[in-house]
Amino acid sequence: MLKLNVNGKLHEVDVEAEMPLLWVLRDHLGLLGAKYGCGVAICGACTVLVDGAAVRSCVMSAASAVGRKVVTIEGLAANGLHALQEAWIEHQVPQCGYCQTGMILAALALLKDKPRPTDDDIDQAMTNLCRCGTYSRVREAIHAVAAKSAPKKA
Amino acid sequence: MNVNRRGFLKASAALGGAFTLEFSFPLAALAAKGMPVPEVNAWVVIHPDDRVVVRIARSEMGQGTYTALAQLVAEELDCDWAKVSSEFASPNEHIRRNRIWGSMSTGGSQGVRSSQDYVRKAGAAARTMLIQAAAARWKVPAAECTVERGVITHGPSKRTLRYGEVAAEAAQLEPPKEVTLRDPKDWKIAGKPLHRFDIPDKVMGKPVFGVDVVLPGMLHASIAQCPVFGGKLKSVDSGAAEKMRGVKKIVREPDFVAGVADSWWRADQALQALKIEWDAGANGSASTASIMAMLREGLADPKLPQARKVGDGDTALATAAKVIEAEYSSPYLNHATMEPQTCTAWLKPEGFLEVWTSTQNGEASMAAAAETAGLPLEKVEVHKMMLGGGFGRRGGPQDFVVQGVKIAMAMPGTPVKMMWSRDEDMQHGFYRPASIVRMKAGLDAKGNLVAMHTRIACPSILKVLMPQALGAEGIDFTAVRSFSDMPYAVPHQQVDYAMKNGHVPVGFWRAPGQQNGFYRECFIDELAVATGRDPLEYRLALLKPGDKNRLVLEAAAKAANWGGALAPGIHRGLAVVDGFGSYAAMVAEVSVSASGTLKVHRIVVAIDSGHVVNPDTCRAQAESNVTYGLGSILYQENTVKDGRIVESNFRDFPLPQMSEMPRVETVLVPTGGFWGGHGEPAILPLTPAVCNAIFAATGKRIRSLPLKHHDLRS
Repeated sequence: MLKLNVNGKLHEVDVEAEMPLLWVLRDHLGLLGAKYGCGVAICGACTVLVDGAAVRSCVMSAASAVGRKVVTIEGLAANGLHALQEAWIEHQVPQCGYCQTGMILAALALLKDKPRPTDDDIDQAMTNLCRCGTYSRVREAIHAVAAKSAPKKA
Repeated sequence: MNVNRRGFLKASAALGGAFTLEFSFPLAALAAKGMPVPEVNAWVVIHPDDRVVVRIARSEMGQGTYTALAQLVAEELDCDWAKVSSEFASPNEHIRRNRIWGSMSTGGSQGVRSSQDYVRKAGAAARTMLIQAAAARWKVPAAECTVERGVITHGPSKRTLRYGEVAAEAAQLEPPKEVTLRDPKDWKIAGKPLHRFDIPDKVMGKPVFGVDVVLPGMLHASIAQCPVFGGKLKSVDSGAAEKMRGVKKIVREPDFVAGVADSWWRADQALQALKIEWDAGANGSASTASIMAMLREGLADPKLPQARKVGDGDTALATAAKVIEAEYSSPYLNHATMEPQTCTAWLKPEGFLEVWTSTQNGEASMAAAAETAGLPLEKVEVHKMMLGGGFGRRGGPQDFVVQGVKIAMAMPGTPVKMMWSRDEDMQHGFYRPASIVRMKAGLDAKGNLVAMHTRIACPSILKVLMPQALGAEGIDFTAVRSFSDMPYAVPHQQVDYAMKNGHVPVGFWRAPGQQNGFYRECFIDELAVATGRDPLEYRLALLKPGDKNRLVLEAAAKAANWGGALAPGIHRGLAVVDGFGSYAAMVAEVSVSASGTLKVHRIVVAIDSGHVVNPDTCRAQAESNVTYGLGSILYQENTVKDGRIVESNFRDFPLPQMSEMPRVETVLVPTGGFWGGHGEPAILPLTPAVCNAIFAATGKRIRSLPLKHHDLRS
């Protein structure tokens, strides 16, 4: 039995230590927001937060998530929508939407690190892949959230 | 209310919150209580509280049809948009109601343009019936009643009734024989950049995709197909795999093996532990080189069927003052949808088959499922899930449904969700055809283009996926487009087509035939350069007055300030290609560094689609086409070795990242009078615009892709 802290709740899961966190979330905990895209940590559709950092959950073993705080898209906002999700709707970011939960969590980790990111910061941090081509709107939405939440530098 | 839907809803109601089927069937709660669904007609459901649910037959893969069609219905219905939502029409009900929703096929940028007429009429018919119902209740002539935003008013008495109050009575009335549709210039809901219905669920991570299906007692499957297309299974040693944790079964079929387990990871681990021997069959030695040789053989055939013949090209070329020739080529390309192919199937004890899948054609999925299971269509239901990308992969071929159903038949009574691994998806696609094209142009003494002879060698998509659509002498319009219907006024034209198919399955990759736009528009650029003319002026001189290709060219050139000054190091390219009912012209601004690295900085695209139903989703589609096409320009290709696809994941088939994206400026110039699409047109001029800009920057003419094989260093 592994004890995992996911979205503030402690779960006991009877899985192999090496099962990737993505599959614990999806098939054992019923949290389907994180997606499988490549299985080799390239695309980022499986992105979740582990202790606040954006992590490719398809290559992180369940055992290595023990004792750490995992946040998925389902746990992003206690009630209603997170500011990022609101901005994603306002800017009509998703197309097919498959990669977008990963995008949003990667953006959250970026903003925690850099509350007012430059375009270069966004390029560096947002390595998630989107086949539909929502990148320019992801960028706009991140800037919009940053502008609302962070005080302007003098 | 149909029995199967109700039966299904009862089953799903037992699942509680695990699986939000409300997304595809928002009427679930009502139907589960046995209450009648207040359907005014097949498209329009109006609840007593005025909520309007519009049934959508086409699929949603991010292109916005799920919302745009509702906008068209709501426009004619004249209801309160805040109370409108959509749901997918049931393929099973569709069949039992004599295909009442028209086509469920979602491809060719047809979703809106091919259903706009009947969905608008459905909205208008419902409005007429609702007014009649109110008039009947008041016992007044319907002509004395008006409606605005779902409230019917009797003019003389000022009495009002809401749609929700009369919907049940309206449903009993005969539909009107004729309706008058609104002039698009009067639109209040259609034509506006309204928010898409599917986005909130997608940003919340709701389980809306095919891979998100959860059913009671459901198992998971991962599959392996013969790496060589057309090969068969020889033997499987499953001893070790069957003992692995959570593994329930190893399914053997003639052309694939599936691991079935209680989680997808365990199913996939079991699959990898199998010792599988394949019989590669006749294609085990095919390679990219052998395929290119096959295409060249086609080009050498002196007796090819002609896709176009205008004037006498051979004579004109023989007497031309100058002849310019060039050969261009393109590789195979995988669709690489972010969501791999997936299908969940459940063969129930009572002999009813339920399928949940990400499909571009619910009816085709149902037909494939029924045929595979040997069941009549009435005994099959397909639940259309949101697609994690489609781009043509999930329409024609229903291979994933056939496999999902076969696995379910091996596990009767148990729902099984099959999902392909990325490697499986990369290596078992229906690829954009590889092709080679030779173009020969004859110029007169003044440099005018008087003759063009094009020879195209390209596998046929239609031959396998849609043989009824093949033209005379086996002409596949997807292989010859942009040449067979070239808008340029060239007096002598001939287009020859060599159908050379090979063993690699080909399919409808976004804007099928788009590679011809690359060939033609780069070659036209070569001609402009050879005659010392500006590429814009050269094209305009070849386009007849009134041709909408002119209009979009001029609009793109104006928006991009064609001919104006550019920042140092930035160079421009231009192209115009029509298709999928629309006209698209593009200006690309690029730079090429001393080390040969291309950067696309800015794309300006002008599109005339006749009408625009949702300008924001149209812009999003233009942005999407640029991203989708950019990867194929820069580095994507699928190569063949020992009969199999070499590339296996995003490491060797990369997708563009955020940092590579240009600024995309979309100029919508709808001129009315026709309905064009938006899902594909913007990709048509992309590759030639970028490659023409590369020529402007470097003097290097790109005649094959991807660019990773070219040295752009100065």
